[in-house]
Amino acid sequence: MSFLKIRDLSVILRGTNHRLLRGVSLDVGATEVMGLVGESGAGKSMIGKAVLGILPRSARIVGGSIELDGVDLLTLPPRQRRHLIGQKAALIPQDPLTALNPARRIGPQISDRLVDILGWDKARARARAEEILHDVHIPQPDRVLRAYPHELSGGMRQRVLIASAFAAEPRLIVADEPTTALDVTVQKQILKLIFEMQARHGTALLFVTHDLGVVSKICQRLTVLYGGLVMEEAEVGAFFEAPRHAYSRALLAATPRHTDPTADLTPVPEAVIAEARRAVAEADQRWHA
Amino acid sequence: MLDGRSLVKRTAGLRLWLSAGWLTALVIGAVFAPWIAPQDPLMQDLFTSRLPPFWMDGAEPGYWLGTDSLGRDVLSRILYGGRVALIVALIAGTATALIGATLGLIAGYYRGWADMVISRLVDIWMAFPPVLFAILLIAVMGTGLTSVVVAIIVIDWTRFARVVRAEAMAQGAMDYVASAQIAGRGRMSTLLTEILPNVLSTITVLLTLEMGIAVIVEAILSFVNLSVSTDDPTWGGMIAEGRLSIHQAWWVLVFPLIALFLTVLSFSQLGEGLKDRFDPVLN
Ligand SMILES: Nc1ncnc2c1ncn2[C@@H]1O[C@H](COP(=O)(O)OP(=O)(O)OP(=O)(O)O)[C@@H](O)[C@H]1O
Ligand SMILES: [Mg+2]
Repeated sequence: MSFLKIRDLSVILRGTNHRLLRGVSLDVGATEVMGLVGESGAGKSMIGKAVLGILPRSARIVGGSIELDGVDLLTLPPRQRRHLIGQKAALIPQDPLTALNPARRIGPQISDRLVDILGWDKARARARAEEILHDVHIPQPDRVLRAYPHELSGGMRQRVLIASAFAAEPRLIVADEPTTALDVTVQKQILKLIFEMQARHGTALLFVTHDLGVVSKICQRLTVLYGGLVMEEAEVGAFFEAPRHAYSRALLAATPRHTDPTADLTPVPEAVIAEARRAVAEADQRWHA
Repeated sequence: MLDGRSLVKRTAGLRLWLSAGWLTALVIGAVFAPWIAPQDPLMQDLFTSRLPPFWMDGAEPGYWLGTDSLGRDVLSRILYGGRVALIVALIAGTATALIGATLGLIAGYYRGWADMVISRLVDIWMAFPPVLFAILLIAVMGTGLTSVVVAIIVIDWTRFARVVRAEAMAQGAMDYVASAQIAGRGRMSTLLTEILPNVLSTITVLLTLEMGIAVIVEAILSFVNLSVSTDDPTWGGMIAEGRLSIHQAWWVLVFPLIALFLTVLSFSQLGEGLKDRFDPVLN
């Protein structure tokens, strides 16, 4: 059974009838790693934000359902919804620079949620924070707990954020391009760490990325998004053998191969984009009717 | 080679220390005025009128900065006048900061209708010319320390509201606020523990600047006799009186002017210095 179950989710730009998400359906199994790919502006982050209840003010959910562990979030009153999301889900954000509060020490930023959500006392939460920093291979966790974010390197901050995401043992983690803001040299380590933690904790993972290469290595399934519309959803093995959808094929052809990085890349052909656009227009027509 | 950064830091540090030094001296002088002041600031004595400061011929011991045309000791009056200035700076500054920053935080973080109401109010408010506003207010409320304080709050809360609103809005868009929200944090608690610590440095800087402004406004209002009662020594009042005898006794005008100038300068330099100190790039 899937832990996260999104059905027909539509999100509009507030005050318009322009849809940012066009009836998205998506499942993530209880310990599954689901890749979410698509070009910039496709709506990948919107999906993650909708699940975590942090949509921007300018976006509004107008239809569909988001079930987390069998409970439809959208029918819950806000307080309960926040509480449920806090208990079951967490985010590994893209930019470690703005994801930690510059004015607060690392320690409370990790342990606060343990106190808030799990109702632990401060001492226990602190001990857990130290333990989880140790788990993400941070040397001298007690020192880092007392540090301010600006005292840490980008890679270190991202480790802290990974630790923080796993601290309360959530069942689902949304990782929104967790390495794009990092130095190339640390990207690999951070990726490895995320999947090491995911495997150890058996967490469901919704992994947003541009990098099909990474998806091929670590995801079980993937969803291809274009213009807020799901183009294709497939097992990773089958997808990389033979993507069903023309857009997926084009996307694959436009991605550098790790096996042969020098091979020519084909940009997504006009015809394929035109077809994807047509699909979007059709979806909108059905929706407005 | 000259290290520009350390030079900037050093001069900034010097400014900070000089202004903090003057303000500390002023606070001590004002608080302990009854013990420090060499003379009774109100005592008139025509036999000691227009005594010059200590280094000039004809000076009398005990009247360090001379006396005015009624024979009142200038130094003692400056010390007591400092009390009024600092009380106004403290009360008006703090109250203005409190009111303006609170409204700014609410508008910037909660947005929605609260923001609409507050921002509209700020716009309307700022359309009034401030000095006219102050004089009108005092005309209605009567003169006195309370009126001066209220006038400053009423005029200047918008400055805090505007800046703090923009800052809170920027902070509210940061990912760490979203993270707090995901972790089940309520809006109010997010505002207090996540947003407020990040705008506190801005508020502090604005507060110091505001205190300088408060000192000027008080001086202006007492200059035109709209502040505290005419008996109590104020710097503005002394300047007004000193102006009349500028040719016979320049010191009556010049010393309170210097005190006023240094105080206002110190507050603004302190604000600038703190701003630099808070600036993470320079640290
Ligand atoms: N705060 C916002 N207000 C209004 N529209 C937004 C906002 N953020 C994103 N959008 C719009 O929503 C659509 C989807 O954006 P989203 O951020 O989900 O894209 P994405 O797939 O994550 O892209 P990227 O790979 O660049 O992160 C885009 O068309 C974008 O312009
Ligand atoms: Mg995104």
